[in-house]
Amino acid sequence: MEQHELHVTLNGTSHTLACEPDAPLLDVLRHGLGLSGPRFGCGLGLCGACFVLIDGQARSSCDFPAWAAEGRQVTTVEGLLDGETLDAVQQAFIDEQAAQCGYCTSGMVVSAVALLRGNHAPSEREVREALDGNLCRCGAHRRIVGAVMKAASGRAGRSVPAGQAGRARRTAG
Amino acid sequence: MTPSLPVPPTPPRSPSAPASPAPPLPPTLAANPVLATWLDFTEPGVVTIFPGKVEYGQGVWTALAQVAAEELDVDLGRVRVAPVSTATSPDEGITSGSRSIEESGSALRQACAQARQVFLAAAADRLSVPASALGVADGEITTGAGGTGLTYWTLAGRPGPAGPGLLDRQAGDPLPVKAPVRWSVAGRSAPRLDIPDKVAGRPRFLHDLVLPGMRYGRVIRPPAPAASLAGLGDPPLPDGVVTVRDGSFLGVVAPADRSALVSARAVAAAARWDVTASLPDERDLKGFLLAAPAQVVTVDERHDAAAAGSVTRTLEAEFTRPFIAHASMAPSCAIARWDAAQVTVWSHSQGVFALRAAIAAGLGLDPGQVTVNHVEGAGAYGHNGADDAALDAVLLARAVPGRPVRVLWAREDELAWAPLGSAMLARLSAGLDASGRIATWRQDVWSNGFIGRPGSGGEPRLLALAHLEGGQPMSPAPDGPPTGAMGSTRNAVPGYDIPDRLIVRHRLLAMPIRTSSLRSLGAFLNVFAIESFMDELAAAAGAGPVEFRLAHLTDPRARRVIEQVAQMSGWDGRAGRGDGTGVGLGYARYKGTSGYCAAVARVEAETDVRVTDVWLAADVGRVINPDGVINQVEGGAVQSASWALRERVRFDKTRITSVNWDTYPILRFTEVPRVHVTIVPAPGEREAGAGEIAQGPVAGAIGNAVADAVGVRVRDLPLTREQVTRAIEQS
Repeated sequence: MEQHELHVTLNGTSHTLACEPDAPLLDVLRHGLGLSGPRFGCGLGLCGACFVLIDGQARSSCDFPAWAAEGRQVTTVEGLLDGETLDAVQQAFIDEQAAQCGYCTSGMVVSAVALLRGNHAPSEREVREALDGNLCRCGAHRRIVGAVMKAASGRAGRSVPAGQAGRARRTAG
Repeated sequence: MTPSLPVPPTPPRSPSAPASPAPPLPPTLAANPVLATWLDFTEPGVVTIFPGKVEYGQGVWTALAQVAAEELDVDLGRVRVAPVSTATSPDEGITSGSRSIEESGSALRQACAQARQVFLAAAADRLSVPASALGVADGEITTGAGGTGLTYWTLAGRPGPAGPGLLDRQAGDPLPVKAPVRWSVAGRSAPRLDIPDKVAGRPRFLHDLVLPGMRYGRVIRPPAPAASLAGLGDPPLPDGVVTVRDGSFLGVVAPADRSALVSARAVAAAARWDVTASLPDERDLKGFLLAAPAQVVTVDERHDAAAAGSVTRTLEAEFTRPFIAHASMAPSCAIARWDAAQVTVWSHSQGVFALRAAIAAGLGLDPGQVTVNHVEGAGAYGHNGADDAALDAVLLARAVPGRPVRVLWAREDELAWAPLGSAMLARLSAGLDASGRIATWRQDVWSNGFIGRPGSGGEPRLLALAHLEGGQPMSPAPDGPPTGAMGSTRNAVPGYDIPDRLIVRHRLLAMPIRTSSLRSLGAFLNVFAIESFMDELAAAAGAGPVEFRLAHLTDPRARRVIEQVAQMSGWDGRAGRGDGTGVGLGYARYKGTSGYCAAVARVEAETDVRVTDVWLAADVGRVINPDGVINQVEGGAVQSASWALRERVRFDKTRITSVNWDTYPILRFTEVPRVHVTIVPAPGEREAGAGEIAQGPVAGAIGNAVADAVGVRVRDLPLTREQVTRAIEQS
């Protein structure tokens, strides 16, 4: 099949790779680059299991043509770790035990990170709306919303002046 | 474990043990009695447990690890859970029916208690002290004076030329196990072992597994359940792609997933099929259920002439549910490899031993030629496409001997071809006496069978077998023993004190749409029907929903969950708010013999029905992991709400048409209710599963809340705007 050269920055590292021009980005991430975080769920961008950040925006990668990622910054759930240290959202998912099967978790975490980058103190309603493109079949919604709220309050705690940090942390607890 | 292995008996019980007659061993331990089948101490400092139940997000591995750590007196962090495999695990049947903690937990606990005693006896020998003087601290044998330097790992030994290991012995008579009051690891909310990998996106699922030299397969399914392949055409295929055809089974094997997908599309576009319209009228499921030939069996019958004679008023009603899909987040996946006559399969099946037997029977192999290894998949809510995908992989791998072939189903195939939960009709009638008590109850249930798993009824029951050359259509699904605990009549026997009752199952003997086990089987509709009807009977008797139920319940555990949920939800007994909101109650003891659950739902029903809150009180006996139980009950409640409000498999005369999330919508984040769960403690009662107890009560609670809100009873699920409008128009 015809191959196309793609230049993309994935999780902070530049890659040049060959791919079919109309292959979906998800296929390149999983099979070309060996990532497992973005997961195949539906192929039509309807479930959110394959969500990644493209230039900071959360979106599905199963229906995003690889060629359209040319020159862009792509971040997967793996790219949210700093070495072995989890992102605050990832840690909050563990703290709140916010999963059952966990197949949708990568996409949820990506959507939540995108939300919190633009809104440091979302309401519960805003969290639910931000996650509305991510389906969960196991019914872990309450825990997932709780985890995102917890991560948000932790971040808010870090961003407020030192004198008020204690209060922010108490609110978080 | 070879039969010739010398198997010394477990030492006799210590004299201090109570002398009451020994209860039998837990059934799966009795069936797999060698202790080394369950436990391995080969790796220093690590206890590997071998349960026969699989993890699919329900948290069972974590709970079983807690059970083992508790009984062995080791830190939880030392316990590792071995993936289930037909090669290395005890056969504990299917991971279904909320039985894992009860079955595997009991077996493992007893195996650990016996292993602990074996180790203590061996240590006593070495130390020349009585075993009763010894204890265990994190795997080290202790005396009153402290550690002895002897550990499980130093004592275990290994089977080899020097003889069998210490645990290569049969389980002896049952030993007393640790009382829950002494638990320090079990009974607490240990964090799940699998979640850290999942939040980091690490490979964990079968879908992530890449084996050396692996090829990628896709199956091109027929365009309809009744279709046969008439011709292949001449599709253009990339180099290295192999087409596999056997009768109407059609697939491709390619070097990469992408080329497999592209090739499968090309093959599908060129293939010609003869298609027959074989499906019933989706708009008249009741007509289909009543007209199909059926096997009629009595499930429960109790006659009381005095009660029957006391009836002054009789009510009747019918309730229906549509076909419902498992709709797991991950489409089914499998890997298989043929090495000469040996087949190795990697599958997310819920029953690897049954799958092995079905693959062997279907392909004329000896079961010894087939090994099935379980690898985690996404959530399974019953018998989905996992087993079928495994056979697909085996059939495609036959074309490339020695190479593993991975098959991934398309979402569209998952929703069209995996077994579904059957459409059902429940017809109820009940007689009230002059005092407003229920004197008689009759319930007839029409449904396709729910027990269509591999091997059920002696048939392999794997999808592709019907498509192979000479293959026969799958026979209608069995429904299990005709009891109130199984199949379509699960929970069809009301759990209330009713003197005269007759419960009848009508199992369909035609299966135009393939059915099998879906979470809670018939309980979802039966409890919806019974609990809806209970509110109607209460109204007829002039009683409130809570008091009417309590008046027909003497079991204190049943009463407690209802009282608890009424308190949690601020139940005030007020009906007809007139503001478009409503509240409703639902209750059931799952299977009539298992966990108790009561639910209250609050709905807004101005246009679409929206469930804002669900409160649940659950009594599942002794609890290993409280947060695990809460997680299961929460998840069950949300899924039940999604079934009750939204879900309905759509089809035309020839094929299923609800094949992706746009046509098979489930509840989303902005639509799911807030869920509030309380566990009612019952530490003296045996464990009961939590995974399915919410399905029926939540449906009943939502149905009653909708009736409260709109003033009209809606008897046909799902409770969409159209169904509510229709019920109002017909009222």
